[in-house]
Amino acid sequence: MSNTITIDGQTIPFQEGQTIMDAALAAGVYIPHLCHNPEFTPHGSCKLCTVTVNGRNVASCTMPAVEGQQIANNTDELNAKRRALTQMLFVEGNHFCPFCEKSGNCNLQAVAYHLDMMSPHYNHFYPAREVDASHPDILLDRNRCILCELCVRASRDVDGKEVFGLSGRGIDCKLVVNSSSGDLVDTDLAATDKAASVCPTGAIIVKRHGFSVPIGQRIFDHKDISQVQLEAAQKERGHE
Amino acid sequence: MTFALETAEHPEKLKRVVIEPVSRVEGHGKVTLLLDENNRVHQARFHIVEFRGFEKFIQGRPYWEVPVMVQRLCGICPVSHHLAASKALDMIVGATLTPTAEKLRRLMHYGQILQSHALHFFHLASPDLLFGFGSDVATRNIVGVAAAFPEIAKKGVLLRKYGQEIIRMTAGKRVHGTGAIPGGVNKNLSLAERDTLLADIEQMIAWSRDAVELIKKVYSDRPDFHNGFGYYRSSFMSLVRGDGALDLYHGGLRARDEHGQTIFDHVDYSHYWDYIHEEVRPWSYMKFPFIRSRGREEGWYRVGPLARVNNCDFIPTPLAEAERIAFKEFGGGSATQATLAYHWTRMIEMLHAAESIRELLHDGDLQGDDLVSKGERQLRGVGVIEAPRGTLIHHYRIDENEQIVRANLIVSTTHNNHAMNEAVRQVALQYLDGKVLTEGLLNHIEVAIRAFDPCLSCATHALGKMPLEVELLDAEGAVIDQIAKNTSGQFCI
Ligand code: SF4
Ligand code: FES
Repeated sequence: MSNTITIDGQTIPFQEGQTIMDAALAAGVYIPHLCHNPEFTPHGSCKLCTVTVNGRNVASCTMPAVEGQQIANNTDELNAKRRALTQMLFVEGNHFCPFCEKSGNCNLQAVAYHLDMMSPHYNHFYPAREVDASHPDILLDRNRCILCELCVRASRDVDGKEVFGLSGRGIDCKLVVNSSSGDLVDTDLAATDKAASVCPTGAIIVKRHGFSVPIGQRIFDHKDISQVQLEAAQKERGHE
Repeated sequence: MTFALETAEHPEKLKRVVIEPVSRVEGHGKVTLLLDENNRVHQARFHIVEFRGFEKFIQGRPYWEVPVMVQRLCGICPVSHHLAASKALDMIVGATLTPTAEKLRRLMHYGQILQSHALHFFHLASPDLLFGFGSDVATRNIVGVAAAFPEIAKKGVLLRKYGQEIIRMTAGKRVHGTGAIPGGVNKNLSLAERDTLLADIEQMIAWSRDAVELIKKVYSDRPDFHNGFGYYRSSFMSLVRGDGALDLYHGGLRARDEHGQTIFDHVDYSHYWDYIHEEVRPWSYMKFPFIRSRGREEGWYRVGPLARVNNCDFIPTPLAEAERIAFKEFGGGSATQATLAYHWTRMIEMLHAAESIRELLHDGDLQGDDLVSKGERQLRGVGVIEAPRGTLIHHYRIDENEQIVRANLIVSTTHNNHAMNEAVRQVALQYLDGKVLTEGLLNHIEVAIRAFDPCLSCATHALGKMPLEVELLDAEGAVIDQIAKNTSGQFCI
């Protein structure tokens, strides 16, 4: 068996056990994604990575690559859907890019730029979300949380701590922390933990760094997110 | 307490004139006049609706976000808020700035002064000054200036652009950058950036000198008119350097009364509330600050270019200092209290900013790498800066989680609230009282307000385009007659 799939007409090899996302990243093909991070078990919640496989929409970060799949990825139709999903993420939370310290380093903002999102389009929910600043070194600002569970996975799988979890359903779903007080300060989270640096938005940040990186030197100041994430994937493979 | 014309005794039968500019996020303002049948002025007020939601909005936010967040307060001078907040947070992180950090912040600030003063003088004030306050409204604007005096308009545009370039290089963006951070700055000035700025600085200084000459000439062509326009005496407040020099970035507070006598001097601004209180008056949303020791009645004061140039003992750059002396000597000191002398002193400050920029560009510290410092954390921080329009106070309190629990801001327009009202009342008495109102006469009111350059949309929209209405009310307050001016400036009766 040759083990190849086709994405937008391009033939791409894959290895047994790889998802479509894995194979695409390895071949230098960008599929927009937010809750996926190659370092962690796929989660499949944001649906930004949706592609069309043999006529059906699926999340490419969880869908195994199977010989002969005909996949549509970078099409106007799919990108319009991704844009709408991103717009919904913006209005569901409180994302104020102009004065957010993550600006220029934020995957949510960068993916919005990549998808040519010009405005949030939908009405803002302006939800009341809690800020937990109790930890001496780490700030948890739920206003910016997109519920991707990367911190949950990082804490559980890498740090071995299970500091974070999601609770509640639908619009009431929120990020909770594992302490009797419910405060971050009473968990065993440390600033050096993977979970403290994995957040794709500015929801979990190490305190007091703020705007110390000048405009022009931030991750996405000169590079599109597709380039940044493909380069990261390449580097990751180099380490393997 | 009452001030003449602040409150009419019987407002019922008076005509009400409203000058109401288009509103914007930073607040909006309007002027109301009450006139009787003979057009005698009984009441004149300048109301400002301030955007105060900010102090609430910021509660709970981590302190390091504040200098970037506060820039959203004002579309006209975001850098002033950025720097005042950063200074307050320097205190909170216990920092004494490194020379590199302080000089880069000063450079940013002088760039801001340059661009703001240029905008104000050339774009907003020069049409009145060059064509006359009551001149044809169709040409009394920057487009008219560009047509009649292309050289002057060009200098205004390019001076402003140069200031904006400095802001871009020090803050990362022309508007809403991030350069200043608690305890320092996030970047230095590269040699390439320095050389770009050096290439044009002599030209900027020369044009700033021309601008001082221009206002001096306009002013002294009709000294009595310009001195007398909206004239009154008042106290002045500003920052001064330890040796009494003009310092727009840092210093102690100095206040002098209408006779030049010192009220307080070299006051550590981190205790400003021992010296300044804010009063609420029922008819205005904006507070009225006053100097405590002088009381509510006598304690009001002016801030801004006129206050600073009057208050300082000298200006530490030679060309601007020579101009300060000339200003002081003019007519035996006749201009030092004049409302329109704001423009003159504004241009002296622009020259000082340009000279200071040159000095800094030749200072190798701007290429230093020691950008941030910190010390013992405090829970309270106050930052004061001389913004283009006057003293700007930022005051924050944080909790042990480093979240903002309280913020208090006193902006220059608030300091000048009473003073601007005083100017409006004077002009109403001098020029409008007993007259049939025309657009040209009403523009005199706008000219007085514009002298202060308030942080309002009226500053930018008041180019003969203020929508305006005059109403004649009967005893019950019903409108029995009215005239209006539409937004294109036509005055139809
Ligand atoms: S805090 Fe960040 S990493 Fe955790 S779920 Fe929210 S967005 Fe994802
Ligand atoms: S990246 Fe695949 S669902 Fe989020």
